[in-house]
Amino acid sequence: MNVHDFLYYIILPILSISSLLVFVRFFKGPSIVDRVVALDLLITIGIGIIAIYSVITDEPTFLDISLVLALIAFLGTVAFAYYLEKRNKND
Amino acid sequence: MIDILIYITSGLGALFVLLAAVGTLRMPDQYLRISVNTKAATLGVGLLLVAAALFFLEISVSTRVVTVIIFILITAPVGAHLIGRTSYFLGNELWGKFVIDDLKGKYNKSTHELKGEDKETESENEKDSTPKT
Repeated sequence: MNVHDFLYYIILPILSISSLLVFVRFFKGPSIVDRVVALDLLITIGIGIIAIYSVITDEPTFLDISLVLALIAFLGTVAFAYYLEKRNKND
Repeated sequence: MIDILIYITSGLGALFVLLAAVGTLRMPDQYLRISVNTKAATLGVGLLLVAAALFFLEISVSTRVVTVIIFILITAPVGAHLIGRTSYFLGNELWGKFVIDDLKGKYNKSTHELKGEDKETESENEKDSTPKT
């Protein structure tokens, strides 16, 4: 079993299972804060999947996308926190 | 040799990401979920990116990986703090088995300011609340 098979048959299924578990929390979450946190974690897991996928396909260009995704995750969390707080203030 | 390092880092990274996902699903409280997200997921994704850098062993890939890791390390605590603060303002309840709530009664819920020990913040609040004529 070389590195390619190890990443393809063990690491990627583990990451897929964990993203499915986070999806369950994303749909179940009692409040909107849970959904924002689950979305943040989903994008973070996506960064890991992109890193492993770039190793499997031998294309290091994919790592640029992970930087953009990290930026989008941070912006999304900050924007959600800001506007949720504003909405609470106006009520 | 380098293959063994890739096995170790990618395996540990996937394990930590899985633990973060299980914690997100099973923790009883929003604040504990946020805590799990920031710590375990950051470490797991960092290890996965290190595995990618070890596989390619090029300077261009390594700089990208270091950039992503530093960015995640900087932004994860900031985002977690912001969303936790918002969650406290929205009035989400703490888990029933929490022993102490340090912030109880210290946040002014209308002006969103933290009351400290000194009286300066309160006087500033009064100044802000009075309409200027």
